[in-house]
Amino acid sequence: MSITQSNTGSEPYNYKVVRQFAIMTVVWGIVGMLVGVIIAAQMAFPELNLGLPWTHFGRLRPLHTNAVIFAFGGSALFASSYYVVQRTCQSKLFAPALAAFTFWGWQVVILSAAITLPLGLTTSKEYAELEWPIDILITLVWVSYAVVFFGTIAKRKTSHIYVANWFFAAFIVTVAVLHLVNSAAIPVSLFKSYSAYAGATDAMIQWWYGHNAVGFFLTAGFLGIMYYFVPKQAEQPIYSYRLSIVHFWALIAIYIWAGPHHLHYTALPDWAQSLGMVMSLMLLAPSWGGMINGMMTLSGAWDKLRTDPILRFLIVSLSFYGMSTFEGPMMSIKTVNSMSHYTDWTIGHVHSGALGWVAMISIGMLYHLIPRLWGKTEMYSIGLIALHFWMSTVGTVLYIASMWINGLMQGLMWRAYNTDGTLTYTFAQVVEASYPGYLVRLVGGFIFFSGMLVMAYNVFRTIRQTPEKETEQTPVEAVTGGASA
Amino acid sequence: MSSFWSAWVIILTAITFVLTAWLLLANRKTLNAGKTTGHSHDGIEEYDNPLPQWWLILFWGTIVFGIGYLIAFPGMGNFPGVLGWTSVGQYEEEMAAAEARYAPLYAQYSDTPVEQLYQNDEAMKMAQRIFGNNCSQCHGSDARGAFGFPNLVDDDWNWGGTPDAIRTTIVNGRNGIMTPWGPILSNDQVDQVVAYVQQISGQGHNAQLAQAGQAVFMSYCAACHGPDATGIDALGSVNLTDDIWLYGPEEQWIRQAVILGRNNQMPAWGQFLSDDKIHLLTAYVYGLSKDG
Repeated sequence: MSITQSNTGSEPYNYKVVRQFAIMTVVWGIVGMLVGVIIAAQMAFPELNLGLPWTHFGRLRPLHTNAVIFAFGGSALFASSYYVVQRTCQSKLFAPALAAFTFWGWQVVILSAAITLPLGLTTSKEYAELEWPIDILITLVWVSYAVVFFGTIAKRKTSHIYVANWFFAAFIVTVAVLHLVNSAAIPVSLFKSYSAYAGATDAMIQWWYGHNAVGFFLTAGFLGIMYYFVPKQAEQPIYSYRLSIVHFWALIAIYIWAGPHHLHYTALPDWAQSLGMVMSLMLLAPSWGGMINGMMTLSGAWDKLRTDPILRFLIVSLSFYGMSTFEGPMMSIKTVNSMSHYTDWTIGHVHSGALGWVAMISIGMLYHLIPRLWGKTEMYSIGLIALHFWMSTVGTVLYIASMWINGLMQGLMWRAYNTDGTLTYTFAQVVEASYPGYLVRLVGGFIFFSGMLVMAYNVFRTIRQTPEKETEQTPVEAVTGGASA
Repeated sequence: MSSFWSAWVIILTAITFVLTAWLLLANRKTLNAGKTTGHSHDGIEEYDNPLPQWWLILFWGTIVFGIGYLIAFPGMGNFPGVLGWTSVGQYEEEMAAAEARYAPLYAQYSDTPVEQLYQNDEAMKMAQRIFGNNCSQCHGSDARGAFGFPNLVDDDWNWGGTPDAIRTTIVNGRNGIMTPWGPILSNDQVDQVVAYVQQISGQGHNAQLAQAGQAVFMSYCAACHGPDATGIDALGSVNLTDDIWLYGPEEQWIRQAVILGRNNQMPAWGQFLSDDKIHLLTAYVYGLSKDG
């Protein structure tokens, strides 16, 4: 803590942009998950498509994925990486004007997505649906992000670069490469472009991007969050520095190969499918390295889980992370994939990661961050955090359990055949059998979404609390005063 | 794949394996277990604990499996793998096995004429399953069709209801094209001909418009739908005088068809289904309107 406010007149760190992104994480979390609840309801009750093109599942689904991944997840990553890089480098954010641009630029990207996707303007590339003018803005924001982040690292006052920053750095660099290569397209008008690739090549590029959006955006980036907020909230040293080195390099070296497992049993050549499967299996240990390091950091302080719901969010998110990174390699095995592919199991797997890991660690991060950013000692209500924790956990479990059951059932029904070689079930019969699962998923998703509203109220009351003493000016004192719960 | 790209794949894969193994070997020992590294970042310290043994074993296990898999199966560029497995080969093998097993089941009915076969309950159970697997997506499990997809249970046929016509429809598919008349007819003429179609199908209509519409119909529509508007099987043109509609009797659908035309496609199943299965399916579709 060599930084004090004496070295500058104002805040020692640039918290303004962190505060902005933190608030928008809550806002976009609510919006994105609300759209998720709506499309989950449409799966159970198709009348809710309303017969209108703009509210149709096909248009709202990419709106949901873009909102939760890039608006909610993206804002969480911007907020946490700007906070962590400053505090662990003991250095104020480089190029503050550029940092402000990343905030406003990113919000414009999100708003453009919210307008163009319901209008049906889409490249049709999964998780990269936005048309080329928005892609260019994303590129500008992302390059600015990289300049701010690496500029701050460059002017750090510490000798080492903390492990959380390695993960943020890998995430920023790789996402830039993925976005540029996958979004390469030939525009034919302001709102329409055609991919630069064709056929199986296009599919492979798409899933190289798609899987590494998971691997680097939703895994490496959030491991960066984990590496700061878990030891900070637990007030324990990281379990193993060596493990962090090994699993970091193994993770980023192997993840980039795993995309072909999305294209098993397709026109993709056999050799590419095999490599994708082998590398996906080898990804198990590097993925678990992060879980082990996070969990073991708590060894000797497990009792804190009883009293600290923030820590509970962080640790349970690691359990879901461990679960879905075990499930992923299993599903990449071709014989397993031949049953699981195209079923709801995939949806369950994704949400085990998205709700259990990404959302829950972001929520834990925000509960740690919000009081510190606004100079309060703690959140307005610890009880509401505990309530939110149980809503998130129950919501996630209902969601993924219903989708597992649906997925297994669909896979088995699709492959059942009669003694004359015909299929036992028609497609519509399988859809009918999936209905109860869709209902349970809707309930689970709604509970998780409602938890976000509890959070919004708690955050609002925290920020509006009467300041104890000139807190706006001295956030660092509030933090270093041992403010954790 | 050219040998350059094959070598590229092999070398990159090998480098990834070697570097991963080196990473594990280089970090297998630590001297200061239980002590911190001395780094402190914003108050966070790090222990210099060793890699967990069970985790290392797991990692090595997946590496060994990976090497074994890439020896056995295609993966290293153009190297086909020692087992000689290909996905196309597996598919063809499984299809040949299925063919050998199930073909005789279907072949037993190939000499029975459609007119008799549709009354064979055993055969029609099999045919119904073929229909459920392949046809129900568009025509519905009950074969009663859907918006834009013909009902097969009634006795109204766009392309003819004889066994031969049905078989031709299944084998080659159909492409039901109606010319879009929007660019050719004036707005008034569209209103008139829509009213005329309402009239001849026995619906409420504006008599004045319908009267004018008859002339429009005779000039533009009768060539395909026939002067009496009952349709011509050889062209697939529909009968406009009955109460059977592909899209619906409402004015908006009639108007849409006149202005935009229609382009309906039934896929050709000749390549996907064996002759014997198509024979059963023909009998099934033939029988649908007989029972009902």
